[in-house]
Amino acid sequence: MEQLVAPTSKMGVDVRHTGEAGTTEIKVSAQNVDVFYGEKHAIKGVSVNVPARSVMAFIGPSGCGKSTFLRCINRMNDTIEGCKVTGNIRLDDRDIYDANLDVVELRARVGMVFQKPNPFPKSIFENVAYGPRIHGLVHGKADLDAIVEQSLRKAALWEEVKDRLKEPGTGLSGGQQQRLCIARAIAVNPEVILMDEPCSALDPIATARVEELIDELRQNYTIIIVTHSMQQAARVSQQTAFFHLGILVETGSTEFIFTNPHDQRTQDYITGRFG
Amino acid sequence: MTVIDAPATGPDWSSAASNANRRRRYAADRRLRIYGLTAIIIAVGVLVILLATVLTGGASAFVQTRVTVEFTIDPELVSADNIQRGNYRQIITNAVAELFPEIADDRTALTAAGRILTSNAQFFVRDAVVADPSLIGRTLTLAIPASDPFDQLNKGTIARDLPEEQRRVNDRDTALFDQLVDRGLVSTPFNWGLFFNADSRFPELAGLRGAIIGSFYLLLVTLLVSVPVGIAAAIYLEEFARRGRWSRLIEVNINNLAAVPSVVFGLLGLAVFINFFGLPRSAPLVGGLVLSLMTLPTIIIVTRAALKAVPPSIREAAYGIGASKHQMVLHHVLPLALPGILTGTIIGMAQALGETAPLLLVGMNAFLTAAPGGITDAATALPTQIYIWADSSERGFVAKTSAGIVVLLLFLIVMNAVAIFLRRRLERTW
Repeated sequence: MEQLVAPTSKMGVDVRHTGEAGTTEIKVSAQNVDVFYGEKHAIKGVSVNVPARSVMAFIGPSGCGKSTFLRCINRMNDTIEGCKVTGNIRLDDRDIYDANLDVVELRARVGMVFQKPNPFPKSIFENVAYGPRIHGLVHGKADLDAIVEQSLRKAALWEEVKDRLKEPGTGLSGGQQQRLCIARAIAVNPEVILMDEPCSALDPIATARVEELIDELRQNYTIIIVTHSMQQAARVSQQTAFFHLGILVETGSTEFIFTNPHDQRTQDYITGRFG
Repeated sequence: MTVIDAPATGPDWSSAASNANRRRRYAADRRLRIYGLTAIIIAVGVLVILLATVLTGGASAFVQTRVTVEFTIDPELVSADNIQRGNYRQIITNAVAELFPEIADDRTALTAAGRILTSNAQFFVRDAVVADPSLIGRTLTLAIPASDPFDQLNKGTIARDLPEEQRRVNDRDTALFDQLVDRGLVSTPFNWGLFFNADSRFPELAGLRGAIIGSFYLLLVTLLVSVPVGIAAAIYLEEFARRGRWSRLIEVNINNLAAVPSVVFGLLGLAVFINFFGLPRSAPLVGGLVLSLMTLPTIIIVTRAALKAVPPSIREAAYGIGASKHQMVLHHVLPLALPGILTGTIIGMAQALGETAPLLLVGMNAFLTAAPGGITDAATALPTQIYIWADSSERGFVAKTSAGIVVLLLFLIVMNAVAIFLRRRLERTW
């Protein structure tokens, strides 16, 4: 078992790897990231490393900037006017804020699942097929059918919808819609999947299904999940990063953060003293 | 922690003051309801009065008085070699003389009797003979439209109890016409000419064909110009433009443009399109361009509202899987906004269809007896045709004007119905 410890908090700081694995591949690496919404300094000097093929949870009280930071990783913040990001974020060794980087390609490589299930108001099939089609990943109908089936299977939705692929995706239940959104994200075969509170609009049973799914997906994908629920973070993630007031307070293995946090604020949050 | 202390005694809900208070509130509710109801009754009442006036006024123009006459196509008057140039006037006179043998020798009476038929009667006969030359030497039976005074007499718009000198038709001609009625030669079939004839100086022959075709070309030009430009402008403003001083300035100006009186657009069209660019006068091309200017703000505003109404989650979803901006807009946002855009467009078109003032200024109120063949031919439109008719002095044009309004309203109703239908359809599939 690997263990990541963040000794100091405020500066974010690199993650120290210990344990048998020793050399963990780092998928996403952020150094001194600041985000401004106009005058507002939303993220202050966050540095974090996300290991490949694992689940990292971002936790923290509302408005702490965890979603904002998540949206920096696929440059979704570009779409918000007045938002400025400084610092360095690397996907494999590539600076994603490099002027030469193609945002469309980045977003194909870094998929995203949103808080509220947002399937396109098209058929289930079209929802999943859209990504591969626009990126030119498929050649021919059979190919597309295969990708759609494979993605829906990976999202644990195939059995429920295989007989009604032509029906609108918006007609599914909330939990199914969210899994459809996950299927849509993995259809373009991303390397990283960002999940912004994917279960906050779901009932406990649907939440359990999505959590199971996240656990399976981590074998192939790097997943970063923002969650309000500490239980969820504890259940699904291997790494946890705790944000507070735009600062990354502490990061480390989930087990470590939940049992033996270094920082008093983490301790207070985990034990429910605020947040 | 705050503890709200409950008062020792609650309010007394059954006290006289409390009851009176409640009664007052109920009374206010009722009054508000009555105000609303009154407003609706007034609005509906005005609409009903308007429609009733137009319909009753226009109803008589939908039928036409026709007189069935037997024409002898005398080979001496029409030669098979030159059918077009035959002496059809004489054929008419002969036919009238046959109709009324008792006055056959009285030339003045005969000429007057000839005026029962439309003065274009000879062309009806000519066209029939041209179409079928074998008629030469035989007799031809045609139901010829009655001239306007007798059409009105038959429809009862000319009061028979008026003194003769105040009437359009004198007693002798009235008697002759009544004789035709008694012989069963007068019929009042549906007036297809209202739709299929072009304009004419004679009310009994005037129709809306030119105006309908003119309006069609007009709307075609308006649609082709204002829809692409309007939607593209709206997409740019809504999806691409950075919010700032310039975009606000443009927005304010577009909203102002929507409030500019239409006659001003007409003057602009006259000055720019006709005088500066030298485009033909009275042409649907110019009229359509002017109407496009008027419709553009409507389409831009409606399209922007429809785009804005598409939930941001759809945009994020598209971006989230790597759609580029144009894919996000064209594949997701625009289709979702389409029902709204379509409704706005059709409403804009309906506005354009009814617009009169700018067309008058670019000369689309010309008197034309032929339908336009293209967008650069001189043409009239439905509203300007109504305007022309309303300005004409013949009795028959009064009903024609109302009938024209009815036809215009029918087109508007059809357009709005199509808008509603398409909106429902598109909303269901999306």
